Amino acid sequence: MTPLKPDERINVHEIMKDLENYRPKRRGWVWREKSEEQVYGPFKYKDMSTPLKNYVGIPAAAYFENIDPQPDNSITTEIASGRFEDDIRRMRMSAWHGADHIMVIRTAGQSHFDGLIEGTPQGIGGIPISRKQVRAHRKALDLIEEEVGRPINYHSYVSGVAGPEVAVMLAEEGVNGAHQDPQYNVLYRNINMVRSFVDAAESKKVMTWARILQIDGAHNANATAREAWKVMPELMVQHGINALFSHKVGMPKEDISLSTVPPTSAPAPSVYFDLPYAVALRELFDEYKMRAQMNTKYITSSSREATVTHVMNMMISRLTSADLQSTITPDEGRNVPWHVYNIEACDTAKQTLTGLDGLMDLIELKSEGPLRDTVRELKERAVLYIEEILEVGGYFEAVEKGFFVDSGKYPERNGDGIGRKIDGGVGHGTVYEREADYMAPVTAHYGDNNVAQYDAGAVENPAGLIDGSTFEKPEKIVFIDELDPEDNVNTRMAENERLRGEDGQSTLVKPEVQWLGDGVVQVELFLPAARRVSEYAALEFGKKMNLKDIEIIHSEMMHPSEGTRVQLKGTLDYEVDLSKLEIPPEPEIMSDDEIRQEFEDHPIKIVAATIGEDEHSVGLREVIDIKHGGIEKYGCEVEYLGTSVPTEKLVDAAIEMNAQVILASTIISHDDIHYKNMKRIHEYALEKGVRDKFIIVAGGTQVTPEIARKNGMDEGFGRYDRGVNLATFLVKRRRELRG
Amino acid sequence: MKGFLKRDDDFSVRREKIAGLSDEALKAKFWADIEKIVDPLLDLARTHTSPSIERSVLLRMGFSSLEAKPLVEGAIDRGLIGHGVGHVVYRIAKEKQLDLRRAGLEMIDGQHWDDAMKIFKGGDR
Repeated sequence: MTPLKPDERINVHEIMKDLENYRPKRRGWVWREKSEEQVYGPFKYKDMSTPLKNYVGIPAAAYFENIDPQPDNSITTEIASGRFEDDIRRMRMSAWHGADHIMVIRTAGQSHFDGLIEGTPQGIGGIPISRKQVRAHRKALDLIEEEVGRPINYHSYVSGVAGPEVAVMLAEEGVNGAHQDPQYNVLYRNINMVRSFVDAAESKKVMTWARILQIDGAHNANATAREAWKVMPELMVQHGINALFSHKVGMPKEDISLSTVPPTSAPAPSVYFDLPYAVALRELFDEYKMRAQMNTKYITSSSREATVTHVMNMMISRLTSADLQSTITPDEGRNVPWHVYNIEACDTAKQTLTGLDGLMDLIELKSEGPLRDTVRELKERAVLYIEEILEVGGYFEAVEKGFFVDSGKYPERNGDGIGRKIDGGVGHGTVYEREADYMAPVTAHYGDNNVAQYDAGAVENPAGLIDGSTFEKPEKIVFIDELDPEDNVNTRMAENERLRGEDGQSTLVKPEVQWLGDGVVQVELFLPAARRVSEYAALEFGKKMNLKDIEIIHSEMMHPSEGTRVQLKGTLDYEVDLSKLEIPPEPEIMSDDEIRQEFEDHPIKIVAATIGEDEHSVGLREVIDIKHGGIEKYGCEVEYLGTSVPTEKLVDAAIEMNAQVILASTIISHDDIHYKNMKRIHEYALEKGVRDKFIIVAGGTQVTPEIARKNGMDEGFGRYDRGVNLATFLVKRRRELRG
Repeated sequence: MKGFLKRDDDFSVRREKIAGLSDEALKAKFWADIEKIVDPLLDLARTHTSPSIERSVLLRMGFSSLEAKPLVEGAIDRGLIGHGVGHVVYRIAKEKQLDLRRAGLEMIDGQHWDDAMKIFKGGDR
């Protein structure tokens, strides 16, 4: 396949071609590589892995030589558009932002589908997991991982009533991680418990062969329980049951990951609960892997709040450990698969885990006091819980009696657990005893298998009886393309082909959130009114903006009567043709030598100051100072007057010093004061009759060059401009003036 | 409500019997008791099968999901699933000297089941 080019969109048509013959490059989970000494730019790190070849760093990387340190934790992103063809582009963007565990959420309802889904029907809140879908995604990731220079793990789901078949398909297709936990089926999907555990053993055996990292489902008890922080003892029991069941099927402990979750969130004193729990878990499960899930129980539609919870949770990760760090987003709270927030969450993880690098070299957790007391108490409660399961007759009986997801802190019981019947649920009555001659001539089959009746030599290799199963001979896999003539990827892609283009590079663009061309936009408003009326008013503003299908996705009271913040989404039915846009050329940058030569031949004196009532100096100093790569290095003479300098004084000083350039820095922008000050300088210079004598420029984080020029400046410089941009402009301008 | 047990937190009483255990001993007990929970579940899985397990076997033998489904249903209807559906197909292929896939496809067409019943002495469910 042709490697991806960073400046070209991935061509989804290419991914779909020849899928029937595609084989994944590799199998099994890959952890990040950690080398002894991690150096990124000027820093040495303790907890980082090897760098990426292609990446997008966090915004502040612009101040740090554009470094993008990669934490040693694998980072998950969850993608859930419902259209797998659109997920492909999302996977690529996430990978550039540091995700190496891509979890594509499964459609609602698949866990009750008794068999494999084939083809590519559209899903709800996720995608139907099918062979064609998985193969297309793995094929795309095989390209994307080459582009970013790090293996990417693809994740899917081995739960539901068709677990073993799904596990086989995922193993054949090179999937690297999967959820598998029979307790999830039983408690949350009401799948018969006997069927769930019998199937789980087979699924786990298959996953073991494929070295698929297993993630359990215990975190759901936290998300479901009425008072989530009270289920801590139960969570440990659920983790224990799935972990040991898996290991005794044959799965190595290093392929078994607990889906752990900090049980509570602020405004609770969350660390006081979450930290002892995290420590207790890691002590009991020290041989297993930890996937640090984010608390979703208390997530709301506030993206700010979700981000803070995420950061708090990652502090727990750094104080203990996390092999795998999850990144749930506010989407979870407002049910909109807004991919920019998924990417933001990857950045949040990267930023936090990097910022907390080396934390445990500086501090340690106390070896006595409330931390240790709570750790011990949690373990004891879990041990007592297990004892009582055994007392009532075992796991099935305990489920029948409503032990699980009870909101009491065990041994407290509130009688509100999820109870299931051993002879009830989906798939009840579908488990059959194996006869003495039971046989399955395939690899990775769990349990009694009378292969010896045909060939005693094949006991260790049952697939030898049939000259290899699909695991040894992938050419035996039967690929089914599509079953539904309407509900499939081909019809969906044909509908928005103009936005995609045959080569994937259409110049027509439309805003999108969920699917290519859905036209969905988010609008943020502040209204000086109470919350409920503001929401209804916001809908009116949305209509006036020509939006359709408007919904309020978030609102927050600023004060009961003074104001409300409202976020709404709506559809904008309009496309822009990129090829018809008139875009000014990117600013030219001269070489250091050329600039230096110019200033040597034509010496230049600059007077600089931060103007108005403004004490900011960092930006201006960076543009000036030689040690920050500022214009002094080109041989300019710069007179820096300081901060909060009145506009008149700046102009007077320039006159007095016989300067050629006035450089005004202006950061504060409330009420457009920055532009007003520019205008004052210009007008004062006119009044004094000296405007022609000076090149006057202004800079600042909120400065837009066009508006600066409208306010009388020769040029304006914004957030990303550096000394070289200013110097280049000065050289060119002076050449123009000289004629 | 659901008739499940309600109980106040009697942790301080219940813990008395384990309060004296060292951290190591407590951890060992945690895992030993978990093992007592999972062992019967593993035994159950070792000695039983399900339609999904049988379909997963057929997939690995080179049948598609669409083919695996009627084969497993055919075996359940005839009380043969306990022998392993892959086994039934394997045996028919062997007896009739057919290629494995051909044997399976012919069985989907309704052929060979009487012979399978004779071989495995199956009967009505």
